[in-house]
Amino acid sequence: MLTIRNLHASIQDEKQNTKPILHGINLDIQPGEVHAIMGPNGSGKSTLANVLAGRDHYQATMGEIFLQGENLLTLLPEQRAAAGLFLAFQYPVEIPGVNNMYFLKAAVNSLRKHRHLPELDAMDFLTLIKAKIKEAKMDEKFLHRAVNEGFSGGEKKRNEILQMLMLEPALAILDEADSGLDIDALQRVAEGVNSLRNSKRSIILITHYQRLLNYIIPDVVHVMIKGKIVKSGGKELALELEEKGYSEFINQVTA
Amino acid sequence: MSNQYIKQVVNQQYPYGFVTDIETDTFAPGLSPHVISQISKRKNEPEFMLAWRLRAYEHWLTLTPPKWAHLQYPEIDYQKIIYYSAPKVKKPGPNSLEEVDPTLIETYNKLGIPLHEQARLAGVAVDAVFDSVSVATTFKEKLAEKGVIFCSFSEAVKNHPELIEKYLGTVVSFRDNFFAALNAAVFTDGSFVYIPKGVRCPMELSTYFRINAANTGQFERTLIIADEDSHVSYLEGCTAPMRDENQLHAAVVELVALQKAEIKYSTVQNWYPGDAEGRGGIFNFVTKRGACRGKQSKISWTQIETGSAITWKYPSVILQGDDSVGEFYSVALTNHRQQADTGTKMIHIGKNTRSTIISKGISAGFGQNTYRGLVRVAPTALHARNYTQCDSLLLSKTCGAHTFPEIDVKNKTAHIEHEAATSRISEDQLFYCRQRGLTVENAVSMIVNGFCKQVFNELPMEFAVEAQKLLEVSLEGSVG
Repeated sequence: MLTIRNLHASIQDEKQNTKPILHGINLDIQPGEVHAIMGPNGSGKSTLANVLAGRDHYQATMGEIFLQGENLLTLLPEQRAAAGLFLAFQYPVEIPGVNNMYFLKAAVNSLRKHRHLPELDAMDFLTLIKAKIKEAKMDEKFLHRAVNEGFSGGEKKRNEILQMLMLEPALAILDEADSGLDIDALQRVAEGVNSLRNSKRSIILITHYQRLLNYIIPDVVHVMIKGKIVKSGGKELALELEEKGYSEFINQVTA
Repeated sequence: MSNQYIKQVVNQQYPYGFVTDIETDTFAPGLSPHVISQISKRKNEPEFMLAWRLRAYEHWLTLTPPKWAHLQYPEIDYQKIIYYSAPKVKKPGPNSLEEVDPTLIETYNKLGIPLHEQARLAGVAVDAVFDSVSVATTFKEKLAEKGVIFCSFSEAVKNHPELIEKYLGTVVSFRDNFFAALNAAVFTDGSFVYIPKGVRCPMELSTYFRINAANTGQFERTLIIADEDSHVSYLEGCTAPMRDENQLHAAVVELVALQKAEIKYSTVQNWYPGDAEGRGGIFNFVTKRGACRGKQSKISWTQIETGSAITWKYPSVILQGDDSVGEFYSVALTNHRQQADTGTKMIHIGKNTRSTIISKGISAGFGQNTYRGLVRVAPTALHARNYTQCDSLLLSKTCGAHTFPEIDVKNKTAHIEHEAATSRISEDQLFYCRQRGLTVENAVSMIVNGFCKQVFNELPMEFAVEAQKLLEVSLEGSVG
């Protein structure tokens, strides 16, 4: 599904200064697998997500990324989305005045167009979204509000899950999907993600805390420190981290 | 990087820039009492009209052009302008569509305004003004059944002089300002609407203005009278050919709403804006004002201003009648070197009068966008209310947005609210949309449309669609 080879990446700030963040990431994710990437603040987890999605000012300086055989680094963000990549944002963005349903319809049909599929008409779309919103256990009134405008933190995160359910990505990356959520909201988000799990879809969970992984059980856990993956293991690695913290790994890297 | 994309999106061509080759009856440039009498004579006007024009002219001579607006443009030489240009017709005026020159019909078809019967399907009655004269008014008969008068201004002067004499200049006096005086002296045509008591106009009325001839000023005048308890929705559209020199458009619109009457006036203004370097384009100096004379009357202005090199325009409402309502919804877009100084005046005189102002300014390229508003509450206006919201969206680092709101309250019971915000399309918003599969083009137009939504919601359906498309076209390459 996803192959990352020796990825080095930098962030460019407004003054065009570049700051190297990722120092040789290697990652192999098979179809159907859920990988958790854990690490302390500033370790480069979110940078990795943004580089994968092709955000401006996040530049891969070395290495390669393939998603289902496609060379992601040559694609625009919208082309990466069409290739099956979905990023659930840590801070979902508000788009005032743009109806949530209208936005989703434009997104679904834009992706279908990229994929040379016929666009959904209003009726088909409505049928689909009504089913999905039930699945996400959200109120239909969400659809008639402007995208994320005035949404609570939990509503925003759930709206991301709704979008994910609608767009059915091959690879979903969830950046801090659990941040700022109470336990009920966390469970709902986890249910949404779990309902998407199948043998063809891969998921990357980026998270600080082990808490989310109680609800979404990962196949593989990676520890990221200072732009490198320093250890990979099974789900028990997350528990170990919870117990011991990151200091042991940080000391390893700096030593 | 994203700025480059916005640039691409905002750079498309003005599609209405063609010139129609047609024989015209055109005066030599210049303005004098003689020219004014000639105009009046061409129009077979009654004596009172010529006298009024000449008084306006005398007054105009005492005035100087207003300098207070946030606009920069070269001095206009009023002696170089042609004040009358009309397509040549064998007879004094077209009596039916069959008599209208086919070239004209073709021009309007190109502009997407069907003058023929298909217009009825759209439910819109159209009056079309080509340069200085009105060439055709559709659906006159159907409207006549209801007693609605919808015709060119010239016809109204001929057939309903009593209404003209009673209402002309009563909302916008020729003493009002420089351009209103000039218009009164030389206006050549325009539209006239009268809705009788208790009648709800069965269709949207629409006027389409087109400037074709070179060096010609267009001075039209529109007068709409809604008698007691009547209702009318009126649409106005404008285009002009692409020319390197500037052309002057100085119109006057007067609305009168009597007791319980309602007038909804929507404009999609797409005069030629000039090229990317600011060559050419229309100078649009327009005075629009409505008077809510009767109790519980309502006047609502909605404008989408995307064209013109210069826009100077403040559609206003005088709220005389108790419980009357005034509204102003505006989207003004300036791109390249366009400049707009636009807004409204809400003058509260009657008791319990209410007004709403929603202004959305979008600036791109080197565009300068100014909101200028006045909310005045007279001592008589007990419990007047106003809500104003003016928002600016900046699409480049070289554009400007300016706000000059003036609030003048002389009654303690008034309740006035004013909100304002300035924003940009953020990189976050663009990336978010693109991550969901939208192209930059779609993302920018979606965000801009979202910004304008409150105003678009006020437009009649068919205009709302046109307005959205127009924004996409007008957002030509300008962010950097």
